[in-house]
Amino acid sequence: MNKKRFSQLLATCLLGTTILAGCGGGASTSTPAPAGGGEAQQSAGGEITAKIGVVSFLSGTGAAYGEAQKAGLELALAELNEANKGKLKIELQMEDSGGKKESAINAVNKLINQDNVVAIIGPTLSGEMFAAGPVANEAETPIFGISNTAEGINDIGEYVFRNSLPESIAIPTAMKAAQEKKGFKKAAFIYAANDDFSVSGFKTMKATAEQMGLENLGEATFSNGDVDFSAQLTKIKELNPDVLLVSALYKEGSLVVKKARELGITATIIGGNGFNNPQVFEIAGDAAEGLIVATPFSPEKQDEKVQTFVKAFEAKYGKKPDQFAAQAYDGLYIIAQSLLAAGKADRNALRDQLAQLKDFQGVSGKLSFDEKRTPVGEAVVVEVKGGKFVPF
Amino acid sequence: MRWFNLFWQQLANGLIVGSTYSLIALGYTLIFGVLGIINMAHGQIFIFGSLVGLALMTSTDLPLPVAFVVAIVVSAILGIILEYTALRPLRKKNVPHLASLISTIGFATLVEEGMHKLFGADSRSFPEVFGGKVFDLGIMQIRGVDLLIIGISLVLMFVLHFWITRTKLGKAIRATAENSDTASILGINTNLVIVLTVMIASGLGGIAGMMIGMTYSALIPSMGLTLGFKGLAVLILGGVGSIPGAMVCGVLLGVIEVFAVAYGDSSYRDAVAFGLIILILLIRPQGLFGSKA
Repeated sequence: MNKKRFSQLLATCLLGTTILAGCGGGASTSTPAPAGGGEAQQSAGGEITAKIGVVSFLSGTGAAYGEAQKAGLELALAELNEANKGKLKIELQMEDSGGKKESAINAVNKLINQDNVVAIIGPTLSGEMFAAGPVANEAETPIFGISNTAEGINDIGEYVFRNSLPESIAIPTAMKAAQEKKGFKKAAFIYAANDDFSVSGFKTMKATAEQMGLENLGEATFSNGDVDFSAQLTKIKELNPDVLLVSALYKEGSLVVKKARELGITATIIGGNGFNNPQVFEIAGDAAEGLIVATPFSPEKQDEKVQTFVKAFEAKYGKKPDQFAAQAYDGLYIIAQSLLAAGKADRNALRDQLAQLKDFQGVSGKLSFDEKRTPVGEAVVVEVKGGKFVPF
Repeated sequence: MRWFNLFWQQLANGLIVGSTYSLIALGYTLIFGVLGIINMAHGQIFIFGSLVGLALMTSTDLPLPVAFVVAIVVSAILGIILEYTALRPLRKKNVPHLASLISTIGFATLVEEGMHKLFGADSRSFPEVFGGKVFDLGIMQIRGVDLLIIGISLVLMFVLHFWITRTKLGKAIRATAENSDTASILGINTNLVIVLTVMIASGLGGIAGMMIGMTYSALIPSMGLTLGFKGLAVLILGGVGSIPGAMVCGVLLGVIEVFAVAYGDSSYRDAVAFGLIILILLIRPQGLFGSKA
């Protein structure tokens, strides 16, 4: 084989392998973290400089979640650095996980060992957090989930926090409020069986339904990435439930809702946290009408803090913020507040301050952490009317 | 007789899903027939084409038939680019067939990333063209749009089959497929035939993509990969290079999948479908419609 041909072949092979490595979120390194960790640069004026890593779902199937989070974080960053001039300067280091567990682990490793961040915000999906959380916990770096709602996130370890209300609070609130108004008795379930978040949401739904004395007519599953739900929904239609509980991410969830209505399923549909995204209206269109979800944040809430945030967000990005933007925004505020209280950009000092969080008043409601660092807050139940979420 | 009605309804669901698989597989089959290679970029190419059609349709109120034409043209152009950048240079150097498999994967990655840049990673909803009108056929209910899809698939298959077996150009394609050197000696412009085949295969994909958008009410850039694999499975199942094989086995795969979900567990959707493919291949290695080499 001549040399030229060989190099061409090699080039084509390399091009091909990008499909395997394409969405990698940065290389992992094995450089040990310096003791104490964190980039603690204290300038003469006493200003704390803190570098915070962000792992988010910025490309791929759930990029809309990541984009909302990025927008919320950047808005908070600009406001915080302006307000805390001379006291605290935050830098954000963004990493894209593409929604993949292995990429999330790589990104967390890179942020801890190479970029020396004082804390990490993210990753977006609960499944990613279950994979990457233990890595950060092992390295004694606080990792702060802003959208992980599955059960058991806080059990990963002492350095794992989240300000996202667990679905175990949100879903029962929605289900009980809906039953009071609609009085349904027979329930059917559909969820993504290969997604930690959706499975956890489904378990909560099922347990709550049992508690409420609803008759369980049947459960159907699909996989993330599926586009055809006709077989499952035809089955559900035959069961004739009065309420359909959907636990899924917004993309598949919206298609499920749309198909369900097309097939003539008239049951009340209650969705999990994944539906808290304006994309639902884009994809499901009129089929989304009447959909009920519980959310920690509603841009329609008549609260001064919320409205100021909504206005600032709209001015900067030209659209209304969703729950993901709001929780990202709150998340950075919580970390900034804790950093100021700690007085230095140190991983352990920050962790201790975070663990003491009490009555933080954010745009997504009041928040405290209990002794196991589980967020305690309240959910608002909303219903889709006229192409937007209105209080139920 | 509820189970009886349910059975027919699920069969209809399977037929609809299956006919989209068939259309995808036709594209693979055409290219394989002539070039003897598997075009791994087919899925991405047709999703790209139909996304362009869809984007124009939603942003400029382009009527559906024009959007179809746009999707076909864009996909065909991408097919030509693929031929000139990833297939022809390798063919000229006479490198092993595996090399073009990899170069088409490379092309697929580029197209997919291009889609993410141009359209974002999100699903784009497909406007309802026929108002989602549902026809009640007694034993099954079916949307108008789905009837249209099954109809178009059937027409396309017959046109294609007729074209390949009965026309002069079809003869040239078959001759090139048989042996491109001999065909070339006999005065057939094999390069032109290949370009035409890649164009037609990709353009067909454009039609498939638009119809997939109509069936599932949305198009997602990542569909190219997942549906592309389904098309590949159909290609192997039907016997590579066989047009009737691609049609029948596409529908077969769709029906098997839907029944796996309806009467089994949806987690086993792909497992059942692909398990059956392995089984069939053990019995008939050349595929259901393939002829022994």
